[in-house]
Amino acid sequence: MEKAAILDIQGLSIGYPRPGHSARVVAADISVSLHAGEFVCLLGPNGAGKSTLIRSISRIQPQLAGTVRLNGRNIVDYPARELAQCLSLVLTQRVAVGVMPAVTLVSMGRHPFTGWSGRLSRRDHEAVHNALVAVGILDLAMRPVCELSDGERQKVMIARALAQDPQVMILDEATAFLDLPHRVELMHLLRKLALSGDRAILLSTHDLDLALRNADRLWLLSPDGTMRQGAPEDLILTDAFAEAFAHGGVQFDKASGSFMSGAANMGRIALVGEGVAAIWTCRALERAGYQVVGPDGAPVCVQVYHGKGEISWKIKNGGAVWCHSIEELLGRLRPVHGLTCKGRNMNPSSPDLQPDL
Amino acid sequence: MISSAPTDPEAPLSPRVRPIIWLALTALLITAFSLELAIGSLMIPIKSVIAILAGSPDAPESWRQIVLLFRLPRALTAMLAGCALGIAGLNMQTLFRNPLADPFVLGISSGASLGVALVVLAANGLNWGGWLTRARMAGNLSIILAATVGALAVLGIVLVVARRVENTITLLIVGLMFGYITSSMVSILMQFSGEHQMQSYVTWTFGSFAGVTWKQLTVFAPAVIVGTSGVWLMAKPLNAFLLGDAYARSMGVPVRRMRNLIIIGAALLAGAVTAFCGPIGFLGIAVPHLCRALLKTTDHHVLVPAVVLLGASLALFADLIAQVPGSHISLPLNAVTALIGAPVVVAVILRRRHVMEAG
Repeated sequence: MEKAAILDIQGLSIGYPRPGHSARVVAADISVSLHAGEFVCLLGPNGAGKSTLIRSISRIQPQLAGTVRLNGRNIVDYPARELAQCLSLVLTQRVAVGVMPAVTLVSMGRHPFTGWSGRLSRRDHEAVHNALVAVGILDLAMRPVCELSDGERQKVMIARALAQDPQVMILDEATAFLDLPHRVELMHLLRKLALSGDRAILLSTHDLDLALRNADRLWLLSPDGTMRQGAPEDLILTDAFAEAFAHGGVQFDKASGSFMSGAANMGRIALVGEGVAAIWTCRALERAGYQVVGPDGAPVCVQVYHGKGEISWKIKNGGAVWCHSIEELLGRLRPVHGLTCKGRNMNPSSPDLQPDL
Repeated sequence: MISSAPTDPEAPLSPRVRPIIWLALTALLITAFSLELAIGSLMIPIKSVIAILAGSPDAPESWRQIVLLFRLPRALTAMLAGCALGIAGLNMQTLFRNPLADPFVLGISSGASLGVALVVLAANGLNWGGWLTRARMAGNLSIILAATVGALAVLGIVLVVARRVENTITLLIVGLMFGYITSSMVSILMQFSGEHQMQSYVTWTFGSFAGVTWKQLTVFAPAVIVGTSGVWLMAKPLNAFLLGDAYARSMGVPVRRMRNLIIIGAALLAGAVTAFCGPIGFLGIAVPHLCRALLKTTDHHVLVPAVVLLGASLALFADLIAQVPGSHISLPLNAVTALIGAPVVVAVILRRRHVMEAG
């Protein structure tokens, strides 16, 4: 990035001061930055300190060491009102405002700009209107907040943060309670808002897949308290991603960009077939713990057939067995698992299957 | 699905209805005020009441005395107390985002009770009675002072704790614990006090709008008016607190300072009422709920004036009922407020899905 960072964090330590003891440091020496127009996702396993970091950046919680500069000025030096004019938040907690119309909640985002009475000027009304339009909830404006679905409610909260007209918008797990389509929609929306408004948006999330696809950059917080930043692909290629999420038997698979449970290793299976059916068959086999290899890679072979609008599978191992659903396929393969159970180990080169078919 | 029938308690209020509600609330207050002046152990026609208030010399002197020296200060006290308790309750419910909060959750009235108990109950053992009489502070005035000192002491402790506590809910629990401590100290005092002292302490806990003189009103009225105006000026930050501390902070509200101001405002109002009228329960928790339900809003710019009007009216009506018009007996005010009011609040709240959210 050529542009100077809007938010520049140097040597930040976050954690909790304990009276009479040394502070409990959650993460130390964090140096990262946010630039205008970029959508950044903050990723990290549970307990790594994502929420603590967000609270420290937004001055809800005191920092232990280091500096957070907003437009070159330490946020500790900002008066509350001025900080609120530059930085807005969307938090996980549900707000209980009941029959308050959505537009009223959104217009609360103008608080840092209005006088003591909270009266909205023409400019404030415009900002509220623009926020509703940008998030696409103009039609919800007069609806009471308690009647809205979780997805709609979250959009109202984003519109509220947007009405605050911030240079930096920070969202703490804002996608947590939404279903997948709504999460995808929200990610796209945030990306759009970052680009069109020339503002920086930071989202902490557990949606690794969506973050990898949508974020311009990632902030990756490891359980040991170290922070890395970079393009999602760089972090994957340098194995930073895998290291941050290394946990028990779960491993990050660089090739597929997703997590695999390495717990079960049922041996190798060759897969022959094309198209969507083959992709989903491959996923099913992998889920069941088989290592899927190409044709002739293993004595046991599953072949996918497309015929007359229906899909069927043939298990070849000397003889041949036909199956008509993936569930049936896995069921037929299961006795095989039983036979090889004794020889089961964590070694990827486990003995090839010798099914009794 | 939520129906949009006009009776639906969740449906937003049509803009045309709100002025009617304001008119109705004002009319209710005027009615209650007039009745309070007219009705009592002696019935005085409304026409004569108005004549007396207008300064007309036609009315009998005894009526003039009753209205001007007894009923008028009593009515004003009731109005001020109702408004103060409602506003203090609104403050606490919003600050703690808890529908069960009332003006006394922070232990303000417990502190006042302890002060009064010390003066009334311990007067016996320490011979304070004689000392107080010599200092011309016997009776009513000493109770007011004791309650004020007790309330201020608890407020001081709460504010000190608030400096150390980041989480507002922690403060709520600390306040409740203070309440338990003071009430157990009162129990111990009662154990060692004479029957007469116990009786006068228990009578004080019943609460009463009677007995506040014009002179005392010159202290009580400014306290309530300053407190209420202060809260109205804080309507904007109070609205922000509806979203919780973190959001309020992110919207530029200086949370700690505002929290202290909200607590001081509520303590001033609740403390003044407790000092002059005794620990009057129920109105403080009920009036804000009724106003939210009536006006279907959580906006404090609207709620504060509504609570003022409704709180004053309900306090007047409660006092009217407590006097049992047409008889010479009177009921404990605290018993009346709860006995009549609790079913009303239950009825209102049962119709809603979200108590605090109910606009």
